[in-house]
Amino acid sequence: MEIKMQGLTKIFTSKNKKEVRAVDNVDLVIPSGKLIGLLGPSGCGKSTTLYLIAGLLRQNDGKIFFGEDEVTETPPEKRGIGLVFQNYALYPHMTVRENILFPLQNLKIEKQEAIQRTVEIAELVGLQEMLDRKPKELSGGQQQRVAIARALVKKPRVLLLDEPLSNLDARLRLQTREEIKRIQRETKITTVFVTHDQEEAMSISDEIVVMKDGVIQQMGEPQQVYDAPLNLFVARFLGNPQINVFDGEIKNKEVLIGGMKVGNTILPDQQVTVGIRPEGFAVDTEKKSPFKFEIDMVETIGRDTTLIIEVESGEGGILDKKTFKAIVDVEHRINPGDMVHFKVKPGKLHLFDLSGSIL
Amino acid sequence: MEKKNNLRAWIYLAPLLILMTVFTFYPIVNAFIISIYKDYQPLANNGAGIITGYTLQNFLFIFKNQLFWISVKNTFVIAFVSVPISIFLSLFISVALKNIPKLKGFFQTIYFLPYVTNAIAVGMAFAFMFHQNYGLFNAILGWFGIDAINWIGGTASWTAQMGALLIYTIWSGLAFKILVFTSGMQNIDKQYYDAAKIDSASKWTVFKRITVPLLSPLILYISITSMIGALKAYNSVVGLFGIQMGAQPYSMMTIVAFVYRYVSGYTDVGYISYASAAAIILFIITVVFSLIQGVVSRKRVHY
Ligand SMILES: Nc1ncnc2c1ncn2[C@@H]1O[C@H](COP(=O)(O)OP(=O)(O)OP(=O)(O)O)[C@@H](O)[C@H]1O
Ligand SMILES: [Mg+2]
Repeated sequence: MEIKMQGLTKIFTSKNKKEVRAVDNVDLVIPSGKLIGLLGPSGCGKSTTLYLIAGLLRQNDGKIFFGEDEVTETPPEKRGIGLVFQNYALYPHMTVRENILFPLQNLKIEKQEAIQRTVEIAELVGLQEMLDRKPKELSGGQQQRVAIARALVKKPRVLLLDEPLSNLDARLRLQTREEIKRIQRETKITTVFVTHDQEEAMSISDEIVVMKDGVIQQMGEPQQVYDAPLNLFVARFLGNPQINVFDGEIKNKEVLIGGMKVGNTILPDQQVTVGIRPEGFAVDTEKKSPFKFEIDMVETIGRDTTLIIEVESGEGGILDKKTFKAIVDVEHRINPGDMVHFKVKPGKLHLFDLSGSIL
Repeated sequence: MEKKNNLRAWIYLAPLLILMTVFTFYPIVNAFIISIYKDYQPLANNGAGIITGYTLQNFLFIFKNQLFWISVKNTFVIAFVSVPISIFLSLFISVALKNIPKLKGFFQTIYFLPYVTNAIAVGMAFAFMFHQNYGLFNAILGWFGIDAINWIGGTASWTAQMGALLIYTIWSGLAFKILVFTSGMQNIDKQYYDAAKIDSASKWTVFKRITVPLLSPLILYISITSMIGALKAYNSVVGLFGIQMGAQPYSMMTIVAFVYRYVSGYTDVGYISYASAAAIILFIITVVFSLIQGVVSRKRVHY
């Protein structure tokens, strides 16, 4: 089931009459059967977007469609959605079985079938042994799977997950992440997965949607968004370590950082902001490139060497920090104090105008 | 170290323990003792009192006393009818208050009136509302074409009197219950209600399967305290019917009223012992009901 949002807007008015545009004129099409990661910093409106899709919040403006049906005015109980809350919201007084049966009973599903479906879904999420326990007798990961089972058992048209992994420890997080992906593949339910963890979103999603201040910044396949960010915010938000950002200029079709040439362009002369991901650097073994720095620190992990370069203010025109990082092959055997000449790999030079939009 | 802490704990508890001993344990024990005095005359012997021995005859006297059984019957009816109805009503009103915030301010005044007003004064106001010719209740019934009922007049039937008493009892107990339930509901995580919406639960299902179970510890607390309160019914009867205790003398007698009747006749030989015996019986009834409620609900109360 495709989800379509048109001009969706949600404004919260706080007590001191200040307006927050939590979701601002969002146009978004979520393709049927895909798992979409909705990504953005805290407070950017991810949960609000999810609750608007669910119908738990009322939009100030805009429309929502599930496939051909407009559901803008449909109450949540009639939208046929499954929602996994950030802290699961399992009914504490019901057993796992009762929690999962609850939506089926409300939908007046015939008893025999409801029991059958409960058992099936419990198997899908690996909970068949725990049906008679209360939520508080389960681990975080198990509770999370109950929440998913409860959301899935009614065969929703759309599955919405609000930061479902945020309460889990690192290992369980990874495991459950794979689990969610597997379940989504098996059920083929259109799924929106909210997270502020870019790595999580990148690894689990068919496509990601990056959001900031209620506005959609970019949507696309994770690798594509990573490789071709549409603006500086997206470029900075994705990737760990973060992208390096420099003040630069274009002069005579050459891109210069601190007067050093880093690449060519067909764009006209202007001041620009240059983004280069740490893995976008290559070492120029012939030492011909003018783009050179003295290395201050070297960290080697496995095959990669991270070079940390401290830049005095002004020098190199580093923009947001006093250091930048380059990740190069361990083969180069670079030591602190070495002067290294860098080249930028093809396609790894991102040029933004001074307002942060891609050029 | 451990011992020192224990001592300290006892010292901190001492004031409370002393007060409880003087005003709770001593009277209970004393009532037990007095209830088995034979021919007790508290004022004789220059106020030291005289007895002629110990006996269980006082209990027998009570069991043979028809008025006692009237009192028991009335008390039980008050307890078993008013408590469930008032709990259900107050739950219902609490949910309504929660869902219709505009009602809140208005109702906060209304439902608090009984809480802050003297029970007997309110009872007298109610007595007027139950008046056969000028009362509010009959006026309302009249709108629906129902004949005026003689609620509390001299020839009122037992059913009508009890009806009036129950209406008053339920109403006057609502305030506290609503207060407890609304604050309890504020502590229920809103996400459960959102989840229930997503799970397509009807309003009634939400009430029955989310709100009530999550409030169950409070419901248990309220049902035990109001059961105890109802078993002690007295003020309400005096307020509504005066010290005659009913439209006809003693027709709405309760166990506590029975106790008072004999306490106030303390100059008569043995009356204080009868009163004590009745008080002891009430005490036992109260304890038994509380225990039963506790055991029965343990299975249903969550957490
Ligand atoms: N009920 C509300 N009343 C007022 N403002 C709200 C309300 N809910 C959210 N907001 C505001 O709307 C904005 C978006 O909130 P939202 O919960 O959607 O953020 P989020 O992206 O889910 O953040 P997080 O990652 O921290 O969960 C925030 O600025 C928040 O303060
Ligand atoms: Mg959120």
